Amino acid sequence: MQGPESKGLEVRGLSKHFGGLTVSENIDLDLPPGARKALIGPNGAGKSTFANLVTGILPPSSGTIRFDGEDISALNEPARVRRGIAKTFQITTLFPSLSVRENIRMPVIERKRLGYSMLRAANGDAGTEAEVQTLIDQFELGPLAERPVDSLAYGQQRLVEMALTLALKPRVLILDEPAAGVPSSETHLIVEAIERLPKDLAVLVIEHDMDLVFRVANSIIVLVAGQILTEGTPQQIAGDARVRELYLGGAHG
Amino acid sequence: MGRFVPLILLAVAVGLYFLLPYNLAFLTRILIMVLLVLSLDLVLGYAGIATLGQAAMYGAGAYAAGLFAIHVWADPLAGLVAGAVAGAILALVSGLVILRAQGLTVIMLTIAVAQICAEIANRARDITGGADGLRGIRMDPVLGLFEFDFVGQVGYWYALIVVAVIFCFLMVLGRSSFGLSLRGIHESPARMGAIGVSVYWRRVAAYTIGGAIAGIAGALTAQITQLVSLETFAFVLSAEALIMLILGGTGRLYGAAIGTFVFMWAHHTAASNDPFNWLFVIGAMVLAVVFLLPKGLISMPAALTQIFKGGRDAGT
Ligand SMILES: Nc1ncnc2c1ncn2[C@@H]1O[C@H](COP(=O)(O)OP(=O)(O)OP(=O)(O)O)[C@@H](O)[C@H]1O
Ligand SMILES: [Mg+2]
Repeated sequence: MQGPESKGLEVRGLSKHFGGLTVSENIDLDLPPGARKALIGPNGAGKSTFANLVTGILPPSSGTIRFDGEDISALNEPARVRRGIAKTFQITTLFPSLSVRENIRMPVIERKRLGYSMLRAANGDAGTEAEVQTLIDQFELGPLAERPVDSLAYGQQRLVEMALTLALKPRVLILDEPAAGVPSSETHLIVEAIERLPKDLAVLVIEHDMDLVFRVANSIIVLVAGQILTEGTPQQIAGDARVRELYLGGAHG
Repeated sequence: MGRFVPLILLAVAVGLYFLLPYNLAFLTRILIMVLLVLSLDLVLGYAGIATLGQAAMYGAGAYAAGLFAIHVWADPLAGLVAGAVAGAILALVSGLVILRAQGLTVIMLTIAVAQICAEIANRARDITGGADGLRGIRMDPVLGLFEFDFVGQVGYWYALIVVAVIFCFLMVLGRSSFGLSLRGIHESPARMGAIGVSVYWRRVAAYTIGGAIAGIAGALTAQITQLVSLETFAFVLSAEALIMLILGGTGRLYGAAIGTFVFMWAHHTAASNDPFNWLFVIGAMVLAVVFLLPKGLISMPAALTQIFKGGRDAGT
């Protein structure tokens, strides 16, 4: 359990340049335990880059990231993940020729720090297998569980992507366009999975699907050209003229 | 099906002993090579580390076991441990550097390490015998009971048991959590990082274990042939081990065994029939396998089934 001093994730003055191109500029963002925030913005606004900076895939050009008061800016990706910061990939990143079950087993094993166990069979731990099965059931992947993931439809692979990340039981979760490519008949699985997340988990959803954003987030951050344009409740954002023009413009006239 | 292949291989190895009682030295060489190729399968087939320098650890194990027998203790099993430790240490130390690199650089560095080892062994004449090789290795009987004989019977059984034990160990390792994580790294290093795995350290671990096994293979050579030459570090050895692995098929262990056996057998037969053109035979064989059976000889049964069923894209 987290004590009262638990502050979750605090991002301050985060910037990222690729050569002369500024992709993140002076971003401040808080993600306290229990947060349900969405990050929206036009294509190329720097949303995925921001996610990659937070999880440590990319080194920032400047700025700090703190987690529960500790400066984690210098930690590499695996170290941040082990502290509980995880994300799903916008472009599905799975173990293509491994089965759905093996894919989901992998993060459970690593979370339990059993990755160096050499003499016990990977599927030999009852607790691990039960956890894997729960995730398989949650995403209705049962009939596909033994199939290699690259034989699955893209939408189903997105579900595996999500299951894989939830298997880490993170404390901060960034979902990079979890529903992109998922057929509308299955998006409810994504929404339900988000709604069912532990209450004290901090969640940031990057998403273009506004229905999904409005269903899961109680705060929306708008990113434009690497800068935060505004942050507010869904109602405030929906009513913001600049946002309507920039982002919802076409659809809502 | 794969479950029975190791048993069949074991039966073949035992059968060959009785069928070819005068070729035991050659058969033993195959067994030792199988071990080296198995170590390569762990490193390349499982962990996905591209190497052309597995002979470095093999040579280190051979010299370590030879020197250990001469100066410390001539017990064979203790010598195997010495070889394993030498191979593991070399793999660990060089791996810490090599595995920081990517792609072609990794291959170049692995080659360089083997070359450096060969040069050190060459220069340290007083200890290693230099270009003349390390001589004067006299082993005690295995377990104090089985004296190495001239025909090579004890040598063959000794090598076979060591290879079988390590094969079993690798089978267990392949199914373990660690083995699964190596497959994960092979399939998607990006995802492994995202689930909190330091790909680098996991690879260092696999490389070190592979080094220990290559070291044991080297130790076996030193003990059974009672000679260690600079050739144990040779680039050709690393390269041939790689060809044998690709020939048989990677990531399956028994592919390593089958590939080694077929390669060395073809080599042996072709070279004795036509000492000048045998390389063509080997080359043609490798090309045929690479084009027709991209997953190696282990995919032959599936490919044949395809052909007899009238399938068109056999072997792919
Ligand atoms: N490694 C890189 N090198 C150079 N430029 C990059 C790199 N990664 C991203 N960019 C650029 O940074 C900008 C932001 O990219 P990013 O992927 O973060 O946008 P996004 O908001 O996630 O867009 P989308 O909605 O399309 O996913 C783009 O212009 C992209 O071309
Ligand atoms: Mg993106």
